[in-house]
Amino acid sequence: MPVTTLVSFSIQRVEVMDLEGNVDAALMPALSPERIQALYRIMVLTRRFDERMLKLQRQGRLGTFARVTGQEAAHVGAAFALQSQDWLVPAFRETGAFLHLGLPMEQMLQYWSGDERGMAIPEGLRLLPIAVPVGTQMLHAAGIAWAMKHDGEPSAALTIFGEGATSEGDFHEALNFAGVFHLPVVFFCQNNQWAISVPFSKQTASSTVAQKALGYGLAGVQVDGNDVFAVYKVVSEALDRARNGGGATLIEAHTYRVTDHTTSDDARRYREQEEVATWVERDPLVRLARYMKKQGLLDDERETAVAAEADEQVGEAVARFEAIVPPGPEELFAHVYAELTPALAEERDALLRRLEGRS
Amino acid sequence: MARMNLVEAIDQALLQEMARDPKVIVLGEDVGKDGGVFRVTDGLVERCGEERVIDTPLAESGIVGFAIGLAIAGYRPVAEVQFAGFVYPAYDQLVSHAARMRNRSRGRWTVPIVVRMPYGGGIRALEHHSESTEVIFTHVPGLKVVIPSDPYDAKGLLTAAIRDPDPVIFFEPARIYRAIKMEVPKGQYVIPLGQAKVVREGRDLTLIGWGAQLRTCREAAERLAAENRYDVEVIDVRTLSPFDHETVIASVKKTGRAVVVHEAARFCGFGAEISAQIMERALLSLKAPVRRVAGLDVMAPLAKLEDYYQPDVDLVVSEIIATMEF
Repeated sequence: MPVTTLVSFSIQRVEVMDLEGNVDAALMPALSPERIQALYRIMVLTRRFDERMLKLQRQGRLGTFARVTGQEAAHVGAAFALQSQDWLVPAFRETGAFLHLGLPMEQMLQYWSGDERGMAIPEGLRLLPIAVPVGTQMLHAAGIAWAMKHDGEPSAALTIFGEGATSEGDFHEALNFAGVFHLPVVFFCQNNQWAISVPFSKQTASSTVAQKALGYGLAGVQVDGNDVFAVYKVVSEALDRARNGGGATLIEAHTYRVTDHTTSDDARRYREQEEVATWVERDPLVRLARYMKKQGLLDDERETAVAAEADEQVGEAVARFEAIVPPGPEELFAHVYAELTPALAEERDALLRRLEGRS
Repeated sequence: MARMNLVEAIDQALLQEMARDPKVIVLGEDVGKDGGVFRVTDGLVERCGEERVIDTPLAESGIVGFAIGLAIAGYRPVAEVQFAGFVYPAYDQLVSHAARMRNRSRGRWTVPIVVRMPYGGGIRALEHHSESTEVIFTHVPGLKVVIPSDPYDAKGLLTAAIRDPDPVIFFEPARIYRAIKMEVPKGQYVIPLGQAKVVREGRDLTLIGWGAQLRTCREAAERLAAENRYDVEVIDVRTLSPFDHETVIASVKKTGRAVVVHEAARFCGFGAEISAQIMERALLSLKAPVRRVAGLDVMAPLAKLEDYYQPDVDLVVSEIIATMEF
């Protein structure tokens, strides 16, 4: 009896721009100079915001949060490919995507300071709140995608997660549902190489995340996650394919977490600083700036001005954030159910009476 | 009106809700062509189509997580978990997301899903097919927990659950799926969630139960009445969360005695909560301690040992007598 090869596969990696900011014209996505400048501004804003948040956290004005510095090309690039009818289903390391879609910065600060009102997603945004339990949100994106398909809407859902999430059962279930039902969903993995202290090599024996797509009948591709043009190109194409009935895609953005996992973590305990340094050299912002300078879209003066504008925006947001009156105890009960149950009303009233007695 | 059993009543509620609201869809393992392993969704796919009666891959977390996404995007999914003993992989989705999305997004996104599942013993089934897992859901803020005890209530409660703006866990007592037939209105009707029902009035003692055990409670009360011993009031809790303490407390204030019956293990069972509520709200009316008649604190057993595990009429009667004679 013959032995036959039933399936063989190859996985592509897409790079558009090198470290010096030179692009491959054949691969360069169609982006107007204005769009590139907008992309740059939001990436700078994300970086400056992240740095300011770290200061606020160290001063005790914010709680623990997950930093995004170094991953701007990945998640901002992906969000930049969304159209207004599309959905974003995030994890928790996508600050720039939230900013790009229009969640006010002060709400982000509110959330990370421990005020739940920060995740009150504004009407009109097809954006889900931060999802902390790793990997669980991908199934929501699959469900949303089914709804879009069934409604005949030309919309897709983009869900973002880390490589640690690919070890969770829900990753498997979400990709499987997306494959079986041929759903308009894009699974975007920010493979930043570290899930707190566990490196990619201990997360999976697979050489890429992208190839996992093949087991579910999905398209899979790896992209240089620090190359914003490559990310934008790959995600745009995947979203287009999804909206046009072409099914789901798993995209692995190969990037690196140059920061600690969160502000409560100390990554020096488990990894070498030399490794981090090699990735700092691949800073996605520096790369984009080099490209833009070569193209006459940016100069040193404008670079400084963009940073200053971002700082000003951040400063104003911090001022607005600090003027927000902290949530009152009645907020605890406001959204447990659509209608307060009698028992909850009783609990709330008892709490309010007790607090009144105290003041 | 038509005489029907619990399975038929639930099937009809699903069909009528799907006819009323195009956003109502049913999903789960084997719910389509097969009509569900208990035939609860029999005939739905023929009438509503594969797009609205979805046979999913075999994945409980997937089913519930997927349903959450559907709900966020405007649908009213009714998900079936094949047995309550298989719900554990979906627990994370229910607790971490279904229950919390409203709160997390401050009302922007909501999850009006129903998760139906057969529960409870007495069907001589395999391991994991006889469990009573209600309290792992009643303990979770943001979820509602409903358990009907007869076909009429099943139809009205399920209709209410599907229309409810919050996630509802809907437990179906497998043991009485076909054991009770009763008149059920052909048209749609709603039994509001959060309302217990006094199913038998009495003076001497309040007997509280739900699901398949309600029949045990009724029989115990009838036996004691037939023997001219005690006049027992029976309450069907129907909605465990939100719990209708008012109906229970009003009854206990009248009778002064209470016995709670459930099939789940006694320790930290829902009987403990009811007992505590009675203590907090009606202590001075009590003439005897509240008693719990419950499953043993062991794993739900396989068929050969099942009868030792489940409360039966004899046990309920003897606990009522003990409470009366305290």
